[in-house]
Amino acid sequence: MYFLRRLFYAVPLLLVISALAFALVHLAPGGPFDSDRAPASPEIERNIKAKYHLDEPIWKQYGRWLGDLTHGDFGVSLKYRNFTVNDIIAQGLPVSATLGGLAFCFAMAVGLPVGFLTAARRGQWQDYIGGFFSVLAVCIPNFVLAPLLMLVFAMKIKLFPVALWESPWHMVLPVIALGLYFAGKVSRIFRDSMIAAAQSEFITAARAKGLGETTLLFKHAFRIALLPVVSYSGPMLADLLTGSFIIENFFQIPGIGVSLINSSLNRDYTVVVGLSLLYAILLVGLNLAVDFAYTLLDPRVKYE
Amino acid sequence: MVFNERVRRKFRRARFLFLLPLVAVLFGCGHHEPPADLVIINNVEPESLDPAVIVAQADARIVLGVFEGLTRFNAVDAHAEPALASSWEISPDGKIYTFHLRTNLLWSTGEPITSADVVYSWIRALDPKTACRYAGQLYYLKNGEEFNTGKITNAALVGVSAPDKFTVRAELHSPTAFFLDLCAFQTLAVVPRQAIEKYGDRWLMQKPVPVSGAYELQSWRLNDKIRLKKNPNYWDALNTRSDIIDILPVGMATTALNLYERGQVDVVWDKNLIPSELMDVLLKRPDFHAFNYLGTYFIRINVTRKPFNDPRVRKALALAIDKERIVKKIARANQQATSHIVPPGTRNYTSPEGLGYDPQLARKLLAEAGFPDGKGFPRFEYLVDSSSTLHENIGVEIQQMWHDELGLQVDIRKVETQVFWGMWARLEFDVSRAGWIGDYNDANTYLGMFVTGDGNNETGWGNAHYDDLIRQANEQTDVAKREKIFQDAESMLIRDELPIIPLYIYTGINYFDTNKVAGIWENVLDEHPLQNIYRIKPKS
Repeated sequence: MYFLRRLFYAVPLLLVISALAFALVHLAPGGPFDSDRAPASPEIERNIKAKYHLDEPIWKQYGRWLGDLTHGDFGVSLKYRNFTVNDIIAQGLPVSATLGGLAFCFAMAVGLPVGFLTAARRGQWQDYIGGFFSVLAVCIPNFVLAPLLMLVFAMKIKLFPVALWESPWHMVLPVIALGLYFAGKVSRIFRDSMIAAAQSEFITAARAKGLGETTLLFKHAFRIALLPVVSYSGPMLADLLTGSFIIENFFQIPGIGVSLINSSLNRDYTVVVGLSLLYAILLVGLNLAVDFAYTLLDPRVKYE
Repeated sequence: MVFNERVRRKFRRARFLFLLPLVAVLFGCGHHEPPADLVIINNVEPESLDPAVIVAQADARIVLGVFEGLTRFNAVDAHAEPALASSWEISPDGKIYTFHLRTNLLWSTGEPITSADVVYSWIRALDPKTACRYAGQLYYLKNGEEFNTGKITNAALVGVSAPDKFTVRAELHSPTAFFLDLCAFQTLAVVPRQAIEKYGDRWLMQKPVPVSGAYELQSWRLNDKIRLKKNPNYWDALNTRSDIIDILPVGMATTALNLYERGQVDVVWDKNLIPSELMDVLLKRPDFHAFNYLGTYFIRINVTRKPFNDPRVRKALALAIDKERIVKKIARANQQATSHIVPPGTRNYTSPEGLGYDPQLARKLLAEAGFPDGKGFPRFEYLVDSSSTLHENIGVEIQQMWHDELGLQVDIRKVETQVFWGMWARLEFDVSRAGWIGDYNDANTYLGMFVTGDGNNETGWGNAHYDDLIRQANEQTDVAKREKIFQDAESMLIRDELPIIPLYIYTGINYFDTNKVAGIWENVLDEHPLQNIYRIKPKS
């Protein structure tokens, strides 16, 4: 019941978000049809605005947009006039989601073992080296990492393609460039929570009962220590799945991260609002999933 | 809410869900397309492939490969050569054009292309419901403007008709020296009535799209690529050199360069796709080709604001700019500094010389205007947009020059590109960077826009005598007389009145290895028809 109620509350929240996005992007100076070439007569501009109902008051435009939304129609892109927002999402989201999903797996596959190792070998050389690389991963921004990876692994050592999105080979560099920051972050979080968990009373009790150290860490501490990582995963996954402008732009990947940024620069009203709403839905949905996962991982957590 | 053991077990089993992305990757890569015969990085994603929608020249390069007009740009020098029309006659007064279509024209889907399709395409571009931003290119037709602006609603009154299946008659309201060039322009390209009437705005998303040009649209994924396939029904298909061409939209210069260096693309033809830090090094290489084309970088002055309403002030600003220095030190792509707005190479026209670099005269003029050594001159802004750092760098250099030579205090104001255009239109600036790339090869594309109240004037300047000169020139059918009138008009603009300060002529830069790719010529319009370009087969 709790989760159903949460879902129900999400609806007005999303409405508010869409209304805000709609109002903000329309209030921003400049419009989608402004260009360096002024049309030969003012009527031309009027015709275009009339065609896309931009001449109506904003509340009426929002009402029209909401009406279309009930049919699952996000409207037509004002910049790429042959594409609907649905087209853009349908083409871009699977690509961004694949990239983001792989980066998520990469972050977990690298971050969790490193975090575990640095926690288990706390104060020893493994801890320092692992910690050093984790901090490094968190500190290097991806607009530095991406060109570095491209330079080294695509230009100097011709191991991977430079850019584009065609085969699994094309995915390696962007996945690393996107996932490394999160890998570092996950390992940091996991290390701290592992150490905290290993010091908690129930672990001491289990140890007193004579459980082996391996079983202790893997079976008991691990599950509790995972909780902070899980709660971090929700927003992180929403972030990753909706694409990264820098990575997509740099590796020329046809995802929606590029569309999200470019549409706001282009004042492509419908795309901005559509993608913002999509992002909000993912964020709300994944946060809900995180709370749900909590109940599975930690029997102490109960929602009434 | 408590979950029982069963649910938890299920969750544990569901851990393989983490593998899903991997599975998706393997499946997603299942569809392998054959490699293209030619890969070109054009520019950013085209707005559309609809000739009536697009505005940018880069978009037109693709569109013109798909939809053709009565004439087309010659690959070598970009003059208008016969395309869908094989020949034409022009009436002695220069107002009536009679075009004869080829009799073997077919849409890519097999139906014949007739004169009715040409009439439909032009009327469609003018129809207010189409909301074509470039409809002005058809205002030269009799009643074209009236129909587009809704003053008349009967399309039959517009000066284009089809007396028979293979004849198109165009009636202009004044002799238009560049009308044949306009016929090669995208707005006048011939589009498929059958598909447009059936599918409305979604017509380009249907398969197959009937096309009149050398290439069919095989696939189009936003921000990914446009794949073009040779149209076997094109009248000149024998001379279409590459069967499949991929057009990639790339926004980042480093990515474009790296893709080219690794051989993933054959041609890059946008000057913005060269990392500016590497400009000096790259321009020395044999596969980087720089050439002048019909575009001018200039400064707009808002003459409605004081003290810029005084021509002496505007002249002083122009005389104090060392354009050579800007070209050599800032722009650095072999650009040519200019004192006039019409670029050299424009057909049947040579510009008069404008104002040179003379700081002493500049100071004198400024003093005459009441600001000796810049005293009392209000602080003002130089407006640039964020589309390229070049604009800001040029602005900073000019800021320094005006400060050092004239004692003026200038601030650089940088705004988002989409905000920038509106500020021009509303005259919300003091001085601003600007540029103009010719729509066609004629002096009128540069001089015509400065008539009083023209949408692209955007300086607030107006002069009845100037307007009169431009009108006279466009009524004139004698080439030499026309040139003389245009020269008088341009003199006014660049010697006497200075609502604008020309800085330099644009350089087009494309990069491709001439040992590997052929069929691209450097020309003043920077037009490179796709059907001529091909990869040279390695000798075996």
